[in-house]
Parts: sequence; C-alpha cells; structure tokens
Amino acid sequence: MEGGCALVWLSATPPALADGDVLRGEGIYTRCLACHALNYNRTGPKHCGLFGRPAGSVPDFVYSEAMKHSDIVWNEESLNQFLTAPLTAVPGTSMGYAGIPDAQERADLIVYLKKANDSAVCTKK
Amino acid sequence: MSFMSFVHDPHTQLARRAFIGQSGLLLSGAAIALMAGRDALAKGHEAGASDARILNTALGAELEAVAAYQVGAESGLLEKSVLDLAVVFQGHHKEHADLLAKTIQTLGGKPVEPKDKYMFPVDTLKTQADVLAFAAMLEKGAVSAYLGAVPVFDNRDLSKAAASILGDEAMHWAVLRHALGQDPVPSAFVA
Repeated sequence: MEGGCALVWLSATPPALADGDVLRGEGIYTRCLACHALNYNRTGPKHCGLFGRPAGSVPDFVYSEAMKHSDIVWNEESLNQFLTAPLTAVPGTSMGYAGIPDAQERADLIVYLKKANDSAVCTKK
Repeated sequence: MSFMSFVHDPHTQLARRAFIGQSGLLLSGAAIALMAGRDALAKGHEAGASDARILNTALGAELEAVAAYQVGAESGLLEKSVLDLAVVFQGHHKEHADLLAKTIQTLGGKPVEPKDKYMFPVDTLKTQADVLAFAAMLEKGAVSAYLGAVPVFDNRDLSKAAASILGDEAMHWAVLRHALGQDPVPSAFVA
C-alpha cells in the first residue's frame, strides 16, 4: 500500500496551476468546513501551517497509514494534484472526497489557503 | 426478528423487498445503507474497506455535528422555537451517525467513537444569529462533503444512502439560512 501510494503520486502528471482569486477561494473553502478548520483539528487536520508541512505530520491528529507514508510535502503543486482527486493521489486516504476537477477552483482555493496561512488566525501565538 | 437480522438473512430477501415496499421504507437511507453494506461484503474486502473508510470519515463529522448542536442548545442564546429546531436537527445527525456506524460494522470496519472533547469557536458565539450561522456553516460543509463522497463509493447503494443524508443536510442548511433572514436556497446547484 505504501509503495503503491508513492508510485501513484510520483507517476501522475501534475496538472497546471492557474492564477487564483482569494475571494472565490474563500467561498470554495466553505466546502471543506464539514471536516476542516484553519486553526484546529477536526475530522480533518487543521490548515494553518499547511505550506511546507510534510503530509501526515500534524501532532495529535490521527492520519491514515496511506497519508502518513505518502512522502508528500504540501505546496501549491502537491495541493493542486491532491485536490484534483484525493483518492487517486493517495489511495487509502481518509479524505473520502471526489475532488475538485475544475483547475480554476483549485487555484482559487490554494491561493485562499496561502492567504489564510498568513492571516492572524494562523500567525497569532 | 430484528430489522438488522431481517436485512442480513439472505433467505428473506424477497420478503425483505416486500416488507420495504409495503412499509414505506423504499427510500429510507437506513434500509439502503444496511443492505448495501451487506452487498459490499460480497464484492470483496478491498471495496468494502474503502467504503468503510469513507463512511468513517462521515461518521466523525456527524458525531461532531451532534456535539456542535449540543453546544448551541446549551448556549442559552436560542429562543424556544429555535432551540426546538436545533434539537430536531441534532436528532437527525444522531440518526445519521447510528446508521453510518452500523453500516461500517456490516462492512467489517470499526466505527470511530465520539471524541472526548471537540473544539468549537465558542468565543465567537455571542448571539442566536451567531449560533445559527455556525450551524449553517457546518451544514453547508456537510452538503459538500456528502456531495464529494457520493461518486467515490464502490457500492452505488451507499452512494444513494449518502445522497439521502445529503438531502437532509441541505434542508437543514436552507432552514437555518431562512432563520438568519438569508435566501434559503441561494442557487440552483450545490457544490
């Protein structure tokens, strides 16, 4: 499973990343709010600190084995690929979500996540 | 004979269909999911494991929703009619959670347990409108989550059951928006 997962990840062709719009991305992020929050873990892990973070590394969050061993570091490109089809990118992930097929929507979401990570919600101690 | 054993007994399948048809349970998410779980077992372990994993994520979110409505109900911020509504919606989420847990077990999985403690942005809940907006946000997220789960089940009957829950969450969202004075159905499609 772990080797297969990495193989899927490395062999897939990364989709191109479009220019994103923060406001549209904030709206798209509402789709994530059943499971995620920016600054605390829920059914899914928190998104503050996402960029540059190895997948499966948030303390006190229980990840799937597949995610823990995915060898992914989250950045614009890896998020773009994962969000396209999470279950294809990381088979065995707990994120049972079909994905965001629209490249523009992914770009909007990613640029919003970057902006949110620089906001006070994520930077205050 | 319990409903579970009735559903699971392969010798009663014809009678089961007759029972479901006659009892008005034809579109019941519970009946669909429980039977789907049984059918998924016959499809193979891997498909069942994948479906159980997806259901377990949904279960985790449903359990959190139950806790969130409890926070709202105990906030002292809700007038009686709104409190009654919140308790009804919480009951729906409990029913979803019960169904999901049973189906996960049927698939051979281990349902997640409620957390000892959930984090909610309670410091931002100062008025009834704050509580309603928080609940609406969760319900909208739930609609999107189920919408994203519908296409990824190996067993299409589980997709149907998830769609049934999605419809309920969408109604919650619309009612909450209406209570907030917002357009209850802001668009022709959900995403």
